[in-house]
Amino acid sequence: MAYRIQGETGEWEVVVGLEVHAQVISNAKLFSGAATAFGAAPNSQVSYVDAAFPGMLPVINEFCVEQAVKTGLGLKARINLRSIFDRKNYFYADLPAGYQISQYKDPIVGEGTIVLDLSDGGTREVGIERLHLEMDAGKSLHDQHPSKTYVDLNRAGVALMEIVSKPDLRSPEEAAAYLRKLRTILRYLGTCDGNMEEGSMRCDVNVSVRKVGGRLGTRTETKNVNSIRYVQQAIEYEADRQVKLIEEGGQVVQETRLWDPNKGITRSMRSKEEAHDYRYFPDPDLLPLVLEQSWVDRVKQTLPELPDDKKARFMADYGLSAYDAGVLVAERARADFYEAVAKGRDAKMAANYVIGDLLGALNKTGKDIGESPISAADLGGLIDLVTDGTISGRIAKDVFAEMLETGEKPSVIVEKKGLRQVTDTGAIDKAIDDVMAANADKVAEYRSGKDKLFGFFVGQVMRATQGKANPALVNDILARKLKG
Amino acid sequence: MTKPTRLTHLSMAEALEGLKAKDFTAVELTRAHIDAIADLRGLNAFITETPDLALEQAAASDARYAKGEAGPLDGLPLGIKDLFCTRGVLTTAASHILDGFVPPYESTVTSNLFRDGAVMLGKLNLDEFAMGSANITSYYGPVVSPWSPGRKIQRDAGTTAAGSELLEGLRQPRPVTEWEWDRRLVPGGSSGGSAASVAARMVMGATGTDTGGSIRQPASFVGIVGIKPTYGRCSRWGIVAFASSLDQAGPMTRTVKDAAIMLRSMAGFDPKDSTSVDLPVPDYTKALTGDIRGLRVGIPKEYRVDGMPAEIERLWQQGMDWLKAAGAVPVEISLPHTKYALPAYYIVAPAEASSNLARYDGVRFGLRVEGKDLKEMYENTRGEGFGAEVRRRILIGTYVLSAGYYDAYYLKAQKVRARIAQDFTSAWDKCDVILTPTAPSTAFAIGDKQDDPIAMYLNDVFTVPANLAGLPGISVPAGLGSDGLPLGLQLLGKPFDEETLFRVAGVIEQAAGPQPLPPVHS
Repeated sequence: MAYRIQGETGEWEVVVGLEVHAQVISNAKLFSGAATAFGAAPNSQVSYVDAAFPGMLPVINEFCVEQAVKTGLGLKARINLRSIFDRKNYFYADLPAGYQISQYKDPIVGEGTIVLDLSDGGTREVGIERLHLEMDAGKSLHDQHPSKTYVDLNRAGVALMEIVSKPDLRSPEEAAAYLRKLRTILRYLGTCDGNMEEGSMRCDVNVSVRKVGGRLGTRTETKNVNSIRYVQQAIEYEADRQVKLIEEGGQVVQETRLWDPNKGITRSMRSKEEAHDYRYFPDPDLLPLVLEQSWVDRVKQTLPELPDDKKARFMADYGLSAYDAGVLVAERARADFYEAVAKGRDAKMAANYVIGDLLGALNKTGKDIGESPISAADLGGLIDLVTDGTISGRIAKDVFAEMLETGEKPSVIVEKKGLRQVTDTGAIDKAIDDVMAANADKVAEYRSGKDKLFGFFVGQVMRATQGKANPALVNDILARKLKG
Repeated sequence: MTKPTRLTHLSMAEALEGLKAKDFTAVELTRAHIDAIADLRGLNAFITETPDLALEQAAASDARYAKGEAGPLDGLPLGIKDLFCTRGVLTTAASHILDGFVPPYESTVTSNLFRDGAVMLGKLNLDEFAMGSANITSYYGPVVSPWSPGRKIQRDAGTTAAGSELLEGLRQPRPVTEWEWDRRLVPGGSSGGSAASVAARMVMGATGTDTGGSIRQPASFVGIVGIKPTYGRCSRWGIVAFASSLDQAGPMTRTVKDAAIMLRSMAGFDPKDSTSVDLPVPDYTKALTGDIRGLRVGIPKEYRVDGMPAEIERLWQQGMDWLKAAGAVPVEISLPHTKYALPAYYIVAPAEASSNLARYDGVRFGLRVEGKDLKEMYENTRGEGFGAEVRRRILIGTYVLSAGYYDAYYLKAQKVRARIAQDFTSAWDKCDVILTPTAPSTAFAIGDKQDDPIAMYLNDVFTVPANLAGLPGISVPAGLGSDGLPLGLQLLGKPFDEETLFRVAGVIEQAAGPQPLPPVHS
């Protein structure tokens, strides 16, 4: 369903582009050897380079370059074998050098694509404009002292990848799907942990509106939107605001806005006129970054199977639906878990247990697959018990619940609780005889043609055996005995 | 043998022999220089004297000589331009804005010198942030050339010379030497303290840095040798940056051989400087063969600039005659874009400087002048902390990088720069080395050209192209002008071919003969 804003003058569509700042997973900063661990004591991870002491020089961290190239390859993007680091000049207390080293005209990664998985199971391609490497700034702390600002430079110099989408997104939902997919890809690649709460993935949102199919409108850039939910809200708010503004005879001005998560609104931060003149120019302390194609090829060989490929394989090899495959590949750990369960077993049954039972249960407690109390081996063991007839599918539900609770192995639970399925025909015979004796009237009705009562007898027998009777045997014997 | 009366007048090469022969100790050599520094404080060559550190280093050096473990520069007392960060020693860049800045690290170049046994006498005055051609923009006052006419006034002040009270040998009250100048001449710049102290025999050699001529022009003005090596030869790590793509460190000495000895220690690849080049450093003294037979010496016709004094022209011809006499072949060459070098330089250098100097903001080190908010603190700090010339260049640099002007200025200047480099590449098809004057004049008086930045910038007309092209250039004393002041000749070489520069410079040095001492010693 296309996302439309109903205005006074008709239907409007929203055009969205996202700029994501993804913190590169690396032990050291982009241009210095200082550590990058999150949550360290303020200013405990700062080199003289990060603090921009006189005479200090940046040296590029090769691992960060590899991470960026990996990400570019994961986004099916063009890798630029020659890229340039530029200085973006502006004054702020948490920017020690007075400039941020970034890439302006010649980024390391060019155009690429991301395939969105939509909620209806369909897909949609969104263009990537570019990816470039840059250093983060430090953090200003305004709440530590009544009149002074403190500066923490731990983050200063940490490597970021700025990933810019084309203005291809047309709804808040698509923007959310884009962010989720991008995060999935980054996590698969191990190039960014995608943790928006810790700020290791931050998002600026470009929004404009237009009459359906009309000319592109003037866009605003909303900064600092730090969760997927906020991104959706910010787009909704900004699109509505712009439509209203235009319909009231106003004009959208190109400006930078700030998301206020408390009020759920965007506020003007600075207009185009007040925009910084960053005076970009190539950083003379760094040579152009030149990569060998053979090196890029080697990096390519280290790429893991990416979610789209994995999804296609799950559909082809395991016969899963697009939806199920999509759910399973959304996290690499989830997909790995599933494959461990499915190995040598009924793949669809494995998918049902992983998605329907396990993910459902974990969702309720807000855990992810890494925190599952049930290991893949044990879930596989449970499926084996069902498959070899030791327990029935119904009993398996109880065993699963017990496993979730205690983390015990399914075989242990089955033995301890005596849940083993009854396959002893004598015991089943007796249970059936008892049920038939106690329900002579129903037996007569059945025999006079009321076939539907068969289910009733099955239920009674199963109840009498506490569900442990082998359903197939019960069916066979019951059918024979009822015939008379 | 008897000890030479004037240890300070030895060359570095001679001093090394004397130390090895145990004719004198490193401590004696250092003390002689500490005395000379006290005697010539009127030149204002030093911002910080480090006599205690120097004597400590000298004693350690003597210990190494005793054990036979002396390094290539062991015991030689040097001066360090105060643009090099020195661990534990005030480093100012001659700017108010670095007030009280004591680096917790040592620049790569000074580390290399200390590794080889050098002794540091102190930190030398310069133009603020190396921006200037006369050493008149220093926050610590101008440096006076030892070629200035004047006289010593001995005064029984009864006090010790400032900074010397810690010295064992100087505990007794000594007369403070004061100087009265008839005319204060500039030593050139920006490495004016380096030039003055080497020429005045206060140090045996000094480090300089050269962004547009800051080693070669002052070397010419005071009659010493100064070489700006190829860009990338010496690490820039730990040198306060002026214009990163042009800055290069080099030695300033009284002889070509000393420059060869000192550069070998300073140079070398440094993984901490991405623009330093990973090439072996040769023993440059081996290049001093005197044999330049068949060497093609390029004479660029574009360097005959309008209004150049006839004596500069004559000196240039004289230089060529000397080289011809030694078997070299003069070749007329053309460097067609030379006239654009100075304007391009005065766009590129301020552009980089405006960004490099953004870090002096009062937040983390140096001067802070408080204000009611961050912006006002910046304005107060930078307004007070930077001198007029530095502010001028920051303004120019900010302007040429601004949106709407970038293409017309910075980008155009970079294109010119590429053309200039291409001019040289073409020239190397025809010649092996290029001979030019170093500067368009001899030294002028402090105060001259002070209000005319364009005239001041013209000092760099012959030196700037080498910086833009990244090539090595050396200035070697070639005689005196009609005003009795020194004049230098410049040799420009192919990238990383400093050896040819030393070889040819050695021939000029030989041909020019012994140079007179500056007036402070006569």
